[in-house]
Amino acid sequence: MYPRNFEYVAVESIDEAVEALSSSEFAKVMSGGMSLIPMMKLRLLSPETVVDIGRVGGLDQITDNGDHVSIGGLVRHRDIAVSELVPQALRQAASWTGDPQVRNRGTTCGAVAHADLAADQTAAVLALGATMVVQGPSGTREVLADDWFVDTMTSALEPDEILTEIRIPQRAGGTAYDKLGRRGGHTDYAVAGVAAWVAKDNGSISDCRIALTGVGSKPTLASGAVEALIGTDGSESAIADAAARATEDVTVLEDLYGSEEYKAHLAGVYVKRAVTQALAAAG
Amino acid sequence: MRGSILGAAVKRAEDPRFVRGEGRYIDDMRVEGAVWMACVRSPLAHGRITSIDIDEASRAPGVIGVYTGTDFGAYRMPIPAVGAHESTARPIIASDVVRFAGELVAVVVAESREAASDAASLVWPEFDSLPVVVDPRRAAGQDAPLLFPEAGSNVVVSGGDESEDDPVSGAEVVIGLELENQRVAAIPLEPNNALAIPDDAGNLELWVGTQSVHLARNRIFKTLGLDRDRLRVRVPDMGGGFGAKISPYPEQILCAAIALELGRPVRWQEDRIENLAAMSHGRAQFHKVRLGATAEGRITGLDWNVIADGGAYPLEGAVLAGYTRRMAAGPYDIPAIRFRWRGVVTNTAPTDAYRGAGRPEATMTLERLMDLLAVELDLDPVEIRQRNFITEFPMTTAVGERYDSGAYSDALDLARDLVGYDELRTEQKRRREGNDRFQIGIGVSSYVEVTAPDGRKEWGAVEVTPDEVVVYSGASSHGQGHETTFTQLVADVLGVERDRIRFVQGDTASIAHGGGTMGSRSMQLAGSAVVGAGESVIEKARRIAAHVSEAAVEDIVMLDNGTIGVAGVPDSGRSLFQLAEIAADPANLPDGEEPGLGADHTWVQEAATIPFGTHISVVELDTETGDVRLIRHAACDDCGVIFNRMIVDGQVHGGVAQGAGQALLERVVYDDAGNLQNANLTTYLMPTATNLPLIQIDHTVTPTDQNVLGAKGIGEAGTIGSGPAVVNAVHDAMAPFGVRHLDMPLTSARVWAAIS
Amino acid sequence: MNPVGVVTQVNGREIARSVPARMTLVEFLRDELGLTGTKVSCELQVCGVCTVLVDRKPVSSCAFLAVDIDGREVTTIEGVASDGKLHPIQQAFIDHFALQCGFCTPGFVMMAVALLEEVPQPTPEQVVSYLEGNICRCTGYRSILEAVLDAADRLERASP
Repeated sequence: MYPRNFEYVAVESIDEAVEALSSSEFAKVMSGGMSLIPMMKLRLLSPETVVDIGRVGGLDQITDNGDHVSIGGLVRHRDIAVSELVPQALRQAASWTGDPQVRNRGTTCGAVAHADLAADQTAAVLALGATMVVQGPSGTREVLADDWFVDTMTSALEPDEILTEIRIPQRAGGTAYDKLGRRGGHTDYAVAGVAAWVAKDNGSISDCRIALTGVGSKPTLASGAVEALIGTDGSESAIADAAARATEDVTVLEDLYGSEEYKAHLAGVYVKRAVTQALAAAG
Repeated sequence: MRGSILGAAVKRAEDPRFVRGEGRYIDDMRVEGAVWMACVRSPLAHGRITSIDIDEASRAPGVIGVYTGTDFGAYRMPIPAVGAHESTARPIIASDVVRFAGELVAVVVAESREAASDAASLVWPEFDSLPVVVDPRRAAGQDAPLLFPEAGSNVVVSGGDESEDDPVSGAEVVIGLELENQRVAAIPLEPNNALAIPDDAGNLELWVGTQSVHLARNRIFKTLGLDRDRLRVRVPDMGGGFGAKISPYPEQILCAAIALELGRPVRWQEDRIENLAAMSHGRAQFHKVRLGATAEGRITGLDWNVIADGGAYPLEGAVLAGYTRRMAAGPYDIPAIRFRWRGVVTNTAPTDAYRGAGRPEATMTLERLMDLLAVELDLDPVEIRQRNFITEFPMTTAVGERYDSGAYSDALDLARDLVGYDELRTEQKRRREGNDRFQIGIGVSSYVEVTAPDGRKEWGAVEVTPDEVVVYSGASSHGQGHETTFTQLVADVLGVERDRIRFVQGDTASIAHGGGTMGSRSMQLAGSAVVGAGESVIEKARRIAAHVSEAAVEDIVMLDNGTIGVAGVPDSGRSLFQLAEIAADPANLPDGEEPGLGADHTWVQEAATIPFGTHISVVELDTETGDVRLIRHAACDDCGVIFNRMIVDGQVHGGVAQGAGQALLERVVYDDAGNLQNANLTTYLMPTATNLPLIQIDHTVTPTDQNVLGAKGIGEAGTIGSGPAVVNAVHDAMAPFGVRHLDMPLTSARVWAAIS
Repeated sequence: MNPVGVVTQVNGREIARSVPARMTLVEFLRDELGLTGTKVSCELQVCGVCTVLVDRKPVSSCAFLAVDIDGREVTTIEGVASDGKLHPIQQAFIDHFALQCGFCTPGFVMMAVALLEEVPQPTPEQVVSYLEGNICRCTGYRSILEAVLDAADRLERASP
């Protein structure tokens, strides 16, 4: 399995990377390469130029910026998985991404830019209401997670842009991610996975966000479930009502690992589990 | 047998090189001037080739040649499925019709692997598509498109019992079952490969990853019409075979043919995607069966029909159901069996042996039936088996298989104790009554296996030189540790240290004959052969010692100090190495004695040995998601006399992993158009460490009378015994939900659909 | 396409080479340096067979561009034994019969080396979880688990 030949450009700054992207007919950014290289070997992607941002300084930090936590473009899954600055949902999602070899190389920004329909951290980023910071020829822009995931393996990122940072708002409440993996338990890509953020006020749920992965063409917010949950006391029956509305906002797609019916069912189960864990974390 | 090291867990001689990364597999070999072959495969499952545009590829950098069916399509491989129509013979490269997605339509030979691979993507074949049939049940029907119109039917082979009498008629209880034993892939971690090195005189040294160099040589020289003596087939270290590397592949034969044509070494290494598309798959049988029993649960008869999916060309997979039939009685006393099978071609990759090869399929169906019978009669699965076990040996089953020896009940009792069966049942009851989210299931599987039947034989030789002992074997270890066990055996016979023994295998130039390693045969056949050769060496050593000592042969013995000399005269002893030095000179030898101290031996085993055992699995089922975790597995196997417990247990462990893998995760998926849906290891799911539990292993030991070692096969037992135990455990866990039967793999999706 | 220069350390040896951009690390090791101990199996970084350490962290060398090792340090299976003496992990693999055909073994040994550097006394669950990305078709994994746990004890005993 060989990728087609390509030009390799290792850049030292994001400006340099954006320039390299702009000057090629078809360029791809490589951070960890965990999605890109297999796709190139399978010749599903054959870029003319690979722009390696792996050596750009300063992008490998997780920073507490007060109202948000900033995750740099080169922060790897293994670092997210153990970072105390990162909400539990994203930590869990990172710790169940791929295997140790993948987690040592792959980056959260890379996974979010790649937008695989069964990835873990995409759901967490969406549920956490993150903001993506992208840099392109005309400077930087910010994209809300709600607008980020466009379709299967398609994000709002333009071909000449780079996802340099993910900002996770620091909000009160609890978060959690749970899934069923293709090899059972938490192993492998999500057959279905759910990330949740839940905030409580005076014993009732004042706000929450719930995101699904693995069940549709892209990570999706479960607005129906959110609607069902806000204002309730987060009791078992309230959660069950929310779970019943898990897939209202998504077209469930079958794949080798589950029928539409099964995935829809799992979405409900994991809404329940993720919300329950998030509530427990919210205290 | 005397000797202290037999039966001990002797560490493997081959391991230091493996843990250092010094194992040498074909892709590790470096050959000056070698060129590379890359394959162009049909994207279509069934079609007529209308043209192949090779111009662009031929002009690509580094390309030496592009070959298609026009060049080599006339070479067709022998048909291993006896009785199949001659038109079903597999061409080494398609010349007219392609019959599965992945079939070879062209190869590119270039100066480097990259160049060959790049140019292969520039070959443009065109096809007229033909109707596709993927499901063998449909392929066997009247209206199905034919893969080989000349053969007149997709049912290319069939066999079994012709009786019109229904063996189930009159039974008080009848259990019916339709079961798919799904298509799986062997996935040896080293994919297929070849390295063909021609010399100026027209000889060819062909390195292939194969379980049998002799079978490979024979099929290849016959296919290409070569002089047998000009073809030397060798295998170095090999990264697994599991049955899929018994028969040589078209690509390997093409490598040989092109090397001879170019006069340059040609090598080929398939990638994993090609491996999933083109290496033979296994299992792929559809069973329809009825079992009759008395109201007390004694089996009275069995009526069994099998459709075996042979894939696009009838290789062994089309006829392995013949082995399924031989195991139809399992460990049970079944008075009447009618078993009929059909081997069917479909537009999918050909099927062939995969660990167990026709035999796990028998056990799976039979053990499902036993559990269904137990449920029907409200008996414990252990009890239903105990009531039906064969207890007298030797005996011959209703399908004519001779069972040599056994103590089936003992193995079941041992497995039951090992796993703590009664405690598990109590725990299960507690969870059921508590309506727990996590339910447990306990699955029992008792099995027999038919190994090394029908006068199977193997060759071995032992040669003592003044410096060392060399053991030659026709078996072909690729993980089984023959270098260790066979030298253990010979060390014991000869009374020499193992580190003075060198082991040689896998080379048609130095091994006179060989069957290879497959079918759980190596210890019983090849082990018996090297022991026989070793004993002949001792006899010869005694004759020589008698001659030089001027004593009678009867007075020559192995002395306490390990030397050979006159009984009661310790000083008269000579080591085997000294005797080998003496034997090198014809002047030292008695009349009629050949120089040298060596002997060969062909061990012919009259009839099969019948290993047996019981596996018990415990699974935990998340009733909300259908997710099943295998949490315990106990295996009690009886392979007769054990010579290296560590290696035997290793075979069981690995076998269990493969049985559990098929039960829970693995399947090859084609869509209706014959497109392979999971052609890589991201989508073809194999068990990893997270999928396998603590495996408890024990053995009963019931020797066989069929060979000098008392040994039976063990290589496939783990797979045969474990799969049904896991499947029965999942069904046991689903019992409160009223699920009668689900086909493998028992994925969370399937289980949930059944229990919801 | 233009080759790219890389300077790297492989098993403590400084290497400077010019490599094609599309060459993967495993091809570099096997074909350029003749270090054939690292094997290739799935080619899509899911089986762990080709695992090597880059800057002491395990990665799949089939999904790692050779150009990307510039300035980094690589350890392969050939660099595990020192002065011809087997590493305790290698010895534990032999003693526990943690291998059969041997093809996946270099990858598992490299993972064990990395794990025990990171977590010197792992629990069985930690070992299983750390090895989730490595496939073995022969052993059923239990002997590998036992070997890694035993190696942890051996290393602890050996350290002052």
